[in-house]
Amino acid sequence: MANQQESLLSGYRVLDLTDEKGLLCGKLLGDLGADVIKIEPPGGDAARNIGPFYKDIPHPEKSLFWFFTNLNKRGITLDIETPDGKEIFKRLVRGADFVIESFEPGYMGSLSLGYEELEKVNPRIIMTSITPFGQGGPYAHYKASDLVVEAMGGLVRMFGELDRPPNRIGAPQVYFLGGLHGFTGSMLAHYHREMTGEGQHVGVSCQQAVALATPPVIVVQDIMGFSFRGLGSSSIYPRAAPHEMLMLRLHYRCKDGHVFAPLLGGAQAGMVKSTRTVVEKANREGMMLELKDYDWKAHDTSTIPKERYDRLQELWQEYLLTKTKAELLKWAAEEEVLILPVSDAKDTVESPQLAAREFWVEVEHPELGEAITYPGWPIKMSGLPPYQPQRRAPLIGEHNKEIYEGELSLSKEQLAILKAHGVI
Amino acid sequence: MAKQALEGVKVVEFTWVIVGPAIGRELASHGATVVRVECHRRPDMLRTAMPFKDGITDINHGAFGMFYHTNKKSISLDLNMPKGQEVARRLVAWADVVIESMTPGSMAALGLDYKGCKKIKPDIIYCSTTQMGQTGPLARFGGFGAAGAAYAGFSHLTGWPDRDPLPLLNNQPDHIAPYLTAGTIIGALLYRRKTGKGMYLDNSQLESAVGFLAPVILDYMVNGHIACRKGNRDPYMAPHGVYPCRGADRWVAIAISNEEEWEGLCCVMGNPEWTREPKFSTVLGRKENEEELDRLIGDWTKDYTAEQIMAMTQDAGVPCGVVQNAEDLFSDPQLKHRQHLRFLEQKVIGRMAFEAPAYHLSKTPNHIWKAAPCLGEDNEYVYKEILGYSEDEIADLLAEGVITTETDVPSVLTF
Repeated sequence: MANQQESLLSGYRVLDLTDEKGLLCGKLLGDLGADVIKIEPPGGDAARNIGPFYKDIPHPEKSLFWFFTNLNKRGITLDIETPDGKEIFKRLVRGADFVIESFEPGYMGSLSLGYEELEKVNPRIIMTSITPFGQGGPYAHYKASDLVVEAMGGLVRMFGELDRPPNRIGAPQVYFLGGLHGFTGSMLAHYHREMTGEGQHVGVSCQQAVALATPPVIVVQDIMGFSFRGLGSSSIYPRAAPHEMLMLRLHYRCKDGHVFAPLLGGAQAGMVKSTRTVVEKANREGMMLELKDYDWKAHDTSTIPKERYDRLQELWQEYLLTKTKAELLKWAAEEEVLILPVSDAKDTVESPQLAAREFWVEVEHPELGEAITYPGWPIKMSGLPPYQPQRRAPLIGEHNKEIYEGELSLSKEQLAILKAHGVI
Repeated sequence: MAKQALEGVKVVEFTWVIVGPAIGRELASHGATVVRVECHRRPDMLRTAMPFKDGITDINHGAFGMFYHTNKKSISLDLNMPKGQEVARRLVAWADVVIESMTPGSMAALGLDYKGCKKIKPDIIYCSTTQMGQTGPLARFGGFGAAGAAYAGFSHLTGWPDRDPLPLLNNQPDHIAPYLTAGTIIGALLYRRKTGKGMYLDNSQLESAVGFLAPVILDYMVNGHIACRKGNRDPYMAPHGVYPCRGADRWVAIAISNEEEWEGLCCVMGNPEWTREPKFSTVLGRKENEEELDRLIGDWTKDYTAEQIMAMTQDAGVPCGVVQNAEDLFSDPQLKHRQHLRFLEQKVIGRMAFEAPAYHLSKTPNHIWKAAPCLGEDNEYVYKEILGYSEDEIADLLAEGVITTETDVPSVLTF
């Protein structure tokens, strides 16, 4: 099977028909060793036009979004709307274990390629459909985008400033979440198939995937009737009378950026130790002196007077401003201080933690004449070789010959006819 | 009832807060028997956190601490006592899968790390999940998900360019790691079936999250660009934003990705004259004049409810959605159709909303039948039926405090 290294899904084949909305699912299955064949419409998938691009050149073979979401996949072109395309697709389904698609609900059925038809071709097949709102229901055919589904799932309302519109997370998450849940659902169906021989249809809703990422929104509404919302750098801390509501700051400025550094004490020994360590350092530098004897164990955000806590936060801010992200990260590593930098992309790439874990992996891109470093697999698995992608994302139709001639035994003449008819 | 995908799979959980519990929940939702080991003397921090039902602050009124435990069985057991460790070893011998999310080193101190469990059950699948992973300079970092979101790079990208980065109050990495890990555990179970080999899985929640920023990371790796927050703007689309609607704190999200959608939006707005001005009739023009464009669209949306805008624009094929708040999620007809919220009777709290998986399996649908247990609620079943202890043995364990019944820690988490 396509020289994948041994892993959990070695020997299983995935046919990936998805676009932007489901590409991550096949990528994750491929990361676990499955032989994933990305099937694109002739001319290439629209997701190849999603930036950012390699060296900022907008070109379908240079999309970094595509590079990442199609890592470890092979690629063929096929127009599944044509009679020949359908036949070829069904032949591929016979030898496959998973089909993943992210078309509008009903589209595959309209081509007679819905789960009911594919099940007849291969009763073991697992078909995973990833769409913004799921296969049925009043919004199933609603038009969507990352922002729209993040809003509908309740996540956008969680972030924002008081005087501005709510914010989405600044890098698209929705279709990655959909692909992620598609992966988990596919693995569950896979387990059932291996035990019983029976395949099934897995229908994913990206909106639900987003809603699952909103705690504590649902539980707080359910129990307290309180609708959670974003409040800038702080988290709201509602308190029983007579205490005024607190604004508990989570982000502070430091010398060269921001850090995540809520000022905490109380029941958690780790928090007390962390805060005490920082205050002692500050005291040695002549700062935060009025907190020299402050009892952090007795500290309680649920009762502390608001003015007092605001003053503490002010002193905390003053001190953190004298430190750099790197200095504070060192304290986190060496002295169990619970402060971490608000990383930008450079900080993330240079993280000593990720380096020590050998998280990053290099993948050769021969036609670009260089290797590109990618995020690796976040789970180390004993007894298996360390994660290493076996191939970069496919070029358009790169494996047509390998699959059509090599596996389906189509002749060169037949391929030429299919090409002339726009099937491949 | 239809067959469950993971029927017969046995899982023991030494977990707390969100990520570890969410892994077990995913397996329990599909038929796995999941036993969660807890202790009154050191309860899960989340059981002592808000919100509390009726404001009653005790571990069985803490609803957040229930949220990730549908279908599971909870036992109370003091792992710091040698006898407690002995009971735990019997559970491990019973289990196919161990999930733990304690600070690295804690399980080893109890003799219940992978090495210890492998001795009891050579083919055990043992999964550790922590913020940073088991190794590396930050391995022992004990912070929560919002810290990981900041460190992974989410916060820097979220918010407005002229303001401070926004903290990710949802603890974003907490909602990536569990699903990756649950899927991988299932793969490991099948791998064991084929090879007879167990496996140790070491999950880093940070690494799980960094993968979700891959395009931004690659843009730096390859091009040296460091992306920054930009409100709700998208690098390629315009208009792309969140607009005010009628009512207090009501908003609608609109994202236009092509000419057809733009024309649809113009049509719904009644084709006002400004849309035909050269600066708005092309995508490059709209991108260049985005601030004015956003203002003009906001002037239109503010006279309608968010629901009206969504219905009108979706009719015209325009991607648009209400910025739903907590209340909206409870009444959303689509989430209802998907049965996303499941209302179950919790023993102490009463009727409570839990969540269902985002995917539906056609032949082995999830079956969420049991509200999260109170601490130790399933002692009798687990100690007797699963572990085979006699009445007398259980009485001894209770008398010695190995099976815990009372807590002396503060019932509310102070911080």
